[in-house]
Amino acid sequence: MEVRVDQLSKAYGGFHAVEDVSFRIGSGKLAGLLGPSGSGKTTILRMLAGLEQPSSGDVYFDGRRMNDVRPQQRGIGFVFQNYALFRHMTVADNIAFGLAVQRKSRTDIRRKVEELLELTGLAGLGSRLPHQLSGGQRQRVAFARALAPEPGLLLLDEPFAAIDAKIRKELRAWLKETIGRLGITSLFVTHDQEEAVEVADEIVILHRGRLEQHGTPEAIYREPQSPFVAGFIGESTIVPDASSLRGFEEEAEHHQGLIRPEYVELFKTNRPPAVRSAAEEGVVRRQFFRGSFWEVEVEAAGAQLTVHRPLEQEPLEPGEPVHVLIHRVYLFRGGTGRMAENRRKTDPMPVYL
Amino acid sequence: MASIALGPAAESRETPAHLNEPAWVRVLLIGLAVLFLTLILLVPLAAVFAEAFKKGAAVYLQSLTSKDALAAIRLTLAVAAIAVPLNVLFGVSAAWAVTKFRFRGKQLFLTLTDLPFAVSPVIAGLVFILLFGSRGWLGPFLAEHDLKIVFALPGIVLSTLFVTFPFVARELIPLMEAQGKDEEEAAVSLGAGGWRVFFRVTLPGIKWGLLYGIILCNARAMGEFGAVSVVSGHIRGRTNTLPLHVEILYNEYQFAAAFAAASLLVLLALVTLAVKSFVEWRHRRHADALAARERQGALREEAAWR
Ligand SMILES: Nc1ncnc2c1ncn2[C@@H]1O[C@H](COP(=O)(O)OP(=O)(O)OP(=O)(O)O)[C@@H](O)[C@H]1O
Ligand SMILES: [Mg+2]
Repeated sequence: MEVRVDQLSKAYGGFHAVEDVSFRIGSGKLAGLLGPSGSGKTTILRMLAGLEQPSSGDVYFDGRRMNDVRPQQRGIGFVFQNYALFRHMTVADNIAFGLAVQRKSRTDIRRKVEELLELTGLAGLGSRLPHQLSGGQRQRVAFARALAPEPGLLLLDEPFAAIDAKIRKELRAWLKETIGRLGITSLFVTHDQEEAVEVADEIVILHRGRLEQHGTPEAIYREPQSPFVAGFIGESTIVPDASSLRGFEEEAEHHQGLIRPEYVELFKTNRPPAVRSAAEEGVVRRQFFRGSFWEVEVEAAGAQLTVHRPLEQEPLEPGEPVHVLIHRVYLFRGGTGRMAENRRKTDPMPVYL
Repeated sequence: MASIALGPAAESRETPAHLNEPAWVRVLLIGLAVLFLTLILLVPLAAVFAEAFKKGAAVYLQSLTSKDALAAIRLTLAVAAIAVPLNVLFGVSAAWAVTKFRFRGKQLFLTLTDLPFAVSPVIAGLVFILLFGSRGWLGPFLAEHDLKIVFALPGIVLSTLFVTFPFVARELIPLMEAQGKDEEEAAVSLGAGGWRVFFRVTLPGIKWGLLYGIILCNARAMGEFGAVSVVSGHIRGRTNTLPLHVEILYNEYQFAAAFAAASLLVLLALVTLAVKSFVEWRHRRHADALAARERQGALREEAAWR
């Protein structure tokens, strides 16, 4: 099922929880709705499910306007953040609930429940009650229950939030694989950027109820369209005026610049870079061992930059002066951005100096 | 019953040293409480039975099986049989509406639900006289159509409904509030309509609380005196409920008979308390079992991932 959301808004009193959000998710895609706490993710999901009425704007499933369709008729599956399993029903009855609503025959229901128990790795647990399950198992029951009536759209609200880190990783991979196999259009909410990047085909980033950017994880990482997105996805430092950096003087003034760790290279003073004037002078502030590399914090050009330094390079000392070569800076211009290369580095005869 | 209910909870809690008072303080406090209970509750209750049996079991039985006594018992049961189900219906719908929906005037609605607790039962009775009495607002209309409300069963049921109005709703609202509407929303997203959601999802979650409310409601419905006294008209064998019957006998100095009837009400109270403790105990045991299994679940999970 294709999902389209058009200028969707939701206000509680005078407070805009969701404001003018539009996006489209293609059939069979697994999309992540990413944003910090309170950014309106759950509200959007609930409006898609029909559990909440939009203040304005429209929701379309396969081109059909759904605003006035009751939640029961929308053909969605919803996995709630706290699972909301039916406490007094067994696992099998939980999964069978949506099938019973559809007045399926008893044998059909039993077969389907068995199939889903198998699929979700819960075989043999059908007669347990929800409180007799672990968190991860409950999550799977919630998932199986939502899948049973074969919804056209699966909505998942922070499906992994209540599960500890180790199991979470496994469940993520399992979920992605299962959804991919079933080919159901899915939208899952998370405030964990790592999770979104890892699981989703495409990401919708929300901030204060507004849509900041929508695209593949890679596109969002490479070309963030706002300082917020840049700061939210991946590690970065934002400098207020990129033209103040060496090698970027020709860029227009007062444009914010985004610097990621992989854009920067450090040189010890006894081994300067080829074009010395292309580098800023900096001082090492702190250094952390990160397993496969050093994470170095340097102060240069009035900013605190984070740099990843390979282990095979000579280690640095805190307080040590270094040359800081900024290879690239991502510049923001209004809603879009552009990558800028260090000009001095490539220019054999720098105009300046 | 009560000791069973207290048993498991009392065992598991040891009073920390800093909360322990010297022995004599404890003895004094407990002694005072026991003395108070004895004087105010136990002695009067025992006196009821003592008076009832003063002239022997034969007189006791006779006064309970007299025509008027039987009529009063029948009427009391009939009133409860009508008022309690109606209040259950109202209480459940009110609790459902208040906890599952947002609507304007919810706070006002809640306050109104509590009105019967705040108003003297006599007033409740007078209101119905004012409405349906022969000189009341609807009096002429009722007389024209030969309908009797006041000084008849409908009036008694109405005033009983009024005073027992909050019992079920007040019991359910906090319970349903605590449970939230997650499960209902899940059911709705799975395609379930309102009735199915209620009977399959909501009701199983509130059944113990509901039962508790019904018990209290029933006790009050059978025991109500003030409101019923005003609207009943005290017509012997016709509009006398058990509490009114007791009063009439007492005023006629038929003490043994009065106390015999009263002992029935006391028995009702004792049965109510017993059932109530049982329900509470079941409820708590259910919760404890859940908690215990939750702990086991956590252990199992740990073991499974090790
Ligand atoms: N019923 C409500 N009444 C008033 N404000 C609400 C209501 N529901 C949500 N909000 C507000 O709307 C905003 C968005 O809420 P929402 O639950 O969608 O956030 P979220 O992105 O899901 O956050 P989280 O990651 O913490 O779950 C929040 O600021 C919240 O306080
Ligand atoms: Mg949320």
